[in-house]
Amino acid sequence: MAAYIKGIGIVSPLKTADSSDFPSEISVPVGLPFLKCIEPAYKKYLDPMASRRMSRSIKMGIYAAKRCLEDAGVEIPDAIITGTGLGCIEDTEKFMISLLDNNETLLNPTPFIQSTHNTISAQISILLKCHGYNFTYVHRGFSFESALLDSLMMLKEEPSGNILLGGMDEITEISHHILYRLGHWRKTIAGEGAAFFLLCNTKGTSDYAKIDSVHTFYKPANDEEIRNQIRNFLHQKQLDFADIDLAVLGINGDGKLDLPYHALMNDILKDACNVKYKNLCGEYFTSSSFALWLAAIIMKGQQVPDTVLIDKKAEKPIKNILIYNHYRNINHSLILLQNAEL
Amino acid sequence: MANRVFVTGIGIIAAIGNHTEEALQSLTQKRSGIVKGTTLDTIFKDNIPFGEIKLSNKVLAEKLNIPSSNSYTRTALLAMTSAKEALVHAQIKDIRNARTGLISATSVGGMDRSEQFFKEYHQDKNKGRLRDIVGHDCGDHTEKIADFLGINDYMTTLSTACSSSANAIIAGSRMIKNQILDRVIIGGADSLTKFTMNGFNSLMIFDRNFCRPFDETRFGLNLGEGAAYLVLESEKMLEREPRKILCEVKGFGNASDAYHQTASSPDGFGACLAMRKALESAQLKPSDIDYINAHGTGTPNNDLSEGKAIENVFQDMLPLFSSTKAYTGHTLGATGAIEAVLCVLAIQHGLIYPNLNFTTPMKELAIRPVTELITNAKVDHVLSNSFGFGGNNTSLIFSKIYN
Amino acid sequence: MEEFILNLKKQILQALNLEKITMEDIDTDARLFEGLGPDSIDVLDLNILLEKNYGLKIHAAEKGKKLLCYVRTMAEYININKK
Repeated sequence: MAAYIKGIGIVSPLKTADSSDFPSEISVPVGLPFLKCIEPAYKKYLDPMASRRMSRSIKMGIYAAKRCLEDAGVEIPDAIITGTGLGCIEDTEKFMISLLDNNETLLNPTPFIQSTHNTISAQISILLKCHGYNFTYVHRGFSFESALLDSLMMLKEEPSGNILLGGMDEITEISHHILYRLGHWRKTIAGEGAAFFLLCNTKGTSDYAKIDSVHTFYKPANDEEIRNQIRNFLHQKQLDFADIDLAVLGINGDGKLDLPYHALMNDILKDACNVKYKNLCGEYFTSSSFALWLAAIIMKGQQVPDTVLIDKKAEKPIKNILIYNHYRNINHSLILLQNAEL
Repeated sequence: MANRVFVTGIGIIAAIGNHTEEALQSLTQKRSGIVKGTTLDTIFKDNIPFGEIKLSNKVLAEKLNIPSSNSYTRTALLAMTSAKEALVHAQIKDIRNARTGLISATSVGGMDRSEQFFKEYHQDKNKGRLRDIVGHDCGDHTEKIADFLGINDYMTTLSTACSSSANAIIAGSRMIKNQILDRVIIGGADSLTKFTMNGFNSLMIFDRNFCRPFDETRFGLNLGEGAAYLVLESEKMLEREPRKILCEVKGFGNASDAYHQTASSPDGFGACLAMRKALESAQLKPSDIDYINAHGTGTPNNDLSEGKAIENVFQDMLPLFSSTKAYTGHTLGATGAIEAVLCVLAIQHGLIYPNLNFTTPMKELAIRPVTELITNAKVDHVLSNSFGFGGNNTSLIFSKIYN
Repeated sequence: MEEFILNLKKQILQALNLEKITMEDIDTDARLFEGLGPDSIDVLDLNILLEKNYGLKIHAAEKGKKLLCYVRTMAEYININKK
């Protein structure tokens, strides 16, 4: 199962909303304990009346989706498949607060409706009048990967389809504080983002990359198991560790959680160009969607931005990129990208 | 994709019963599980009908051998209970002897405990017991099931409002057909919460009386809670390890209404699409369907929209149909799986369920639901509908296996 | 009446969560919503506005939809019926 990435749209803590290229300047936002998205001027794609009920995360998701479709030159996709770990958490909080403050009386329904996890996918389908398949995955650090696997399966079943794949999560002050109380963010920074990709089977002239496969695994016992998982994953594509030219790794600054990545960089990835991304987008359940954007633009442009380099620069032409990420050492995932020209 | 998908085990816990046998008895004795009142501390606590399960979290945990001072949400406890029943029912010798996945679904996850946390947190940001919030997200209950049953190969969670667990059945079936998994435990769970009670009340589709699906006087839904799981296995798996087959997942379809966030289109466009897709994938004609288990929530909008869609798709070949939500209540994320289990039982036992509380036909529809329990019925092919907010429409077809 | 209408517009903006729209943008006599008029959620939101601020409730869905299309008709209804 392989697919070409024809278009990308991404709203992130970098200035990426109106161009999928790596931004020429990186500004580190100040004043907040987490990385917040740089939001676009929504009226480019969203009429103020039509978006009157939409919360921030919904607008970000729709904007990224519409940009992606424009980038790919597709008007209406055949399917919309998304992943989100917490959904529109701000709306959940709003409705909860309203319920408590008003003693369960005379509550506005809007935040309740928006809190359903498939709200973004649904709103996209309503705006585009897309009657196709529409699924939303909500499994923590597997959310985006599940959506990606579904997209690849869908393309195998419907080879002529255009699949709109997305990953998104938002951070709010409340959710940030609660997670902080639960022990998160002591050594790492929270983030958010919405990234959409248009996938199809047909090779084009300006594809970003080819996504070859995705694999998830749960609570690996040790580094050896992680290595075995990667080995088996690559072998299915007749590849070996040495074939990995570049690895995009979910290093997040927490020494203990980063151990698996360092173990790999000293071992099977010691000859690869290793790159990190959470310094730019922060940690969130669907951060691998940001990683996929980064990997895709690196593959297309054959250039690696300095801000993401961990060790050596990329030497040879980049043919195979491995994305490896885990969420709190529980949800581990692997995505393999190949050069679209090959 | 020639790999057929079979159901080998089922488990259910809902207002109509704490396990399959009890649920079946309620169904055949026309005994609804919906009663007025709830144990939750809410302004709705008296006089409003709910399909609440009579077991407390303490008792659920005890039955599962989990220590009482735990952080398990009610959603997780319900899920683990019925997932275990399904696995035992399937008589799988060794869960690790094949590629086994777990796909679950929910609409509000661990909200039953998070809303308790939030009540205190809202007063003081240092208050609220952390063990009440740690299971908030949708994926939590799935991982609890995975750890409990020893499933490790693949897991994920879906949330598409009221079509969630019906979609989990589609996802699992496709993973088997695409030969990524040999078997998959799929289903869904949702517990009663003040959040959802108030949510549906704010939308004014919350009936203060017993719900009346497809009735002219219907006002809205009754909320319920529950969980149900099915074990799906591939043809090859069952050739390797022959066991009793309950029925086949013959076809499925998911489509978007693309009309409105909460209302369905008046002509049920998305519902028609989903039903037609399911029939096409099953390679069946409308006249092949013996029974439709409708989504039938009892809201003015759904029942009209769905009714019109059924008339459109089936025309003069209309099978017997009913909604079972007057038995169970609307169990949101769990409803697709709960009704799938009821469909499997219908096939197994030759049953057509009555649409309880129906007295006055809807003016706009020519069709009428079944009002009596039918036994010894020919139930070869059953269509089950689940339609969610955001216009997410899913239809599943289950078929009897003749050896 | 004009001051009342201004206040009503403010309440409508709040009830419908219309961030980028100002009171000046709302024409008292023009249709409030694009296309077919308020949808079912708008009717619910505006009903809450009516009940919270004026103790009123519009029971029939169709009546509500027609009334709530124009600020003028809403204001007149409130004036006649408010408690």
